[in-house]
Amino acid sequence: MIPASFDYLRADSVDAALAALAEHGDEAKLLAGGHSLLPLMKLRLATPSVLVDVGRLDDLRYINDAGDYIAIGALTRHRDLEISTLLASAAPLLSHAAGHVGDPQVRHRGTLGGSLAHADPASDLPAVIMAMGGTLLATGPNGSREIASADFFTGFLESALAPDELLTEIRIPKLDAQGWSFQKFNRRAQDWAIVGVATVRANGSTGVALVNMGSTPLLATAVMDAVKSGASAADAAALATEGTEAQSDINASSDYREHLARVLVRRSLEESGLA
Amino acid sequence: MQITVTVNGVERSGDVEPRTLLVHFLRDELGLTGTNVGCDTSSCGACTIHVDGQSAKSCTMLAAQADGLSVTTIEGLADGDTLHPMQRCFQENHGLQCGYCTPGMVMAAVSLLDENPNPSETEVRIGLEGNLCRCTGYHNIVKSVLACAAESNGATK
Repeated sequence: MIPASFDYLRADSVDAALAALAEHGDEAKLLAGGHSLLPLMKLRLATPSVLVDVGRLDDLRYINDAGDYIAIGALTRHRDLEISTLLASAAPLLSHAAGHVGDPQVRHRGTLGGSLAHADPASDLPAVIMAMGGTLLATGPNGSREIASADFFTGFLESALAPDELLTEIRIPKLDAQGWSFQKFNRRAQDWAIVGVATVRANGSTGVALVNMGSTPLLATAVMDAVKSGASAADAAALATEGTEAQSDINASSDYREHLARVLVRRSLEESGLA
Repeated sequence: MQITVTVNGVERSGDVEPRTLLVHFLRDELGLTGTNVGCDTSSCGACTIHVDGQSAKSCTMLAAQADGLSVTTIEGLADGDTLHPMQRCFQENHGLQCGYCTPGMVMAAVSLLDENPNPSETEVRIGLEGNLCRCTGYHNIVKSVLACAAESNGATK
C-alpha cells in the first residue's frame, strides 16, 4: 500500500512549521512519528497534498520539571515517556501507559503530541492526559494558547487545534497521587484498547477517563462525582457509561463495551486504592 | 527528492518520491531484500530495521523521514562471514520455521537486548509483541533470544 502523492517539507524550526501551515492551509498535515498518519495515508483515508515533517524538531523533545507542572515537549516519543525517571516519580500513570502503546517499534517512533493531535478515541494517551487534568499548548501565528485537555478533543479524529497551529507542549499538573491505574482490555498484545480506563486519585479528587467509549476520549464525570461524594468503587463504577456513546464494530458491540467500561472502571478505582 | 541514508554503515543516496516507504527504498532501490514486507500495516514486524539504533517498522516510515539518519538492516548485522550473536543463537536454537518473520524478529530482538540486556522469558515475549510468526514458532524464538542474552552476560551454555 502506497500513499497518494504529496509534497514533503521538513521543518527545521517551529517557525518554519508554522510558516508552512500558513502557506498551505488545510491542504497540509503535520507529520511527527507518523504512526497514526501514515497508516491512514497508506489506506488513502487521508490524502494531504503537503506533509510538513516536524519529526526533527528536537527542541520539542523534553520532559522537564517546570515547578507547578511537568512540561513535556510534543515531539517526545512514547519510549522517552516510558523510561523517564521524572515521570516515574511525578506522573507514573503516564509512563506506565506509554509503555503499553502499540509495541516497542511503535513506541520508538510515535510521539505524545502526535497521539494527542490525532485525537483517536481508541488511543491510550489522550485519556491518560485527560484523567490527569493536563493542558495542551498550541502555538500558532499569533503566539501560544493553553487548551484544557477536557476541551481539546472535539470529535472523531478532531481536536481544538486550528489548521495553522502546532501542538508544542503538554503540561501535567504535579499531583501528589495517592493512587493510579491504567486498565487496557484488548484481545491481542499490540491492539488498540477495546475499552481502556485511566484513573488517578490525588488531592481529594479522582480523575477517570475512558478510552474508546465514544467519538472522543471521555472523562467519566458521573464516576468522578460519585467518588467525590463518597461512593464505593462498585457503586461509582455502575455510572461508568453515563454520557458515553460506545460504538459497535468488528471487535465489540456497544453493549459489550459498556459492560467492559463498568468492569474496568471498578478495577481501576480499586487498583488506585478506593475501597 | 534526493535523500542520503547511512545504511549498514555506508552512505546511500537516492532520488525518491516523497511517498516512497523506507522498506521499498531499501528493497527496490538498494536491493537489500532481507527486510520483508508482511502485513504492510505496521502490525507484523517483518519489516523491522533499526533507525539510529532503535527498532522501527520500515513499512510505516517514509524514506524521506530517514534522510540523514542511520539505518541498519538484517544484512548489516553480520561481520563478514561471522554471524551476529543473535543470528547464531537463532540458528543454534532453531528459532525459525519458514523464516519469513526471522529478519524482523532478529532485528527486534537485538533492539530488545540493547534496552534490556537480561530479560526474563516474559519480558522477551512482551518485548517481541510487535513481531508475529505465522508458523507460531514463538517457543524457539524466545529460547534463541534468552540464549543470546545469557551468552552476552557471560553465562556458560
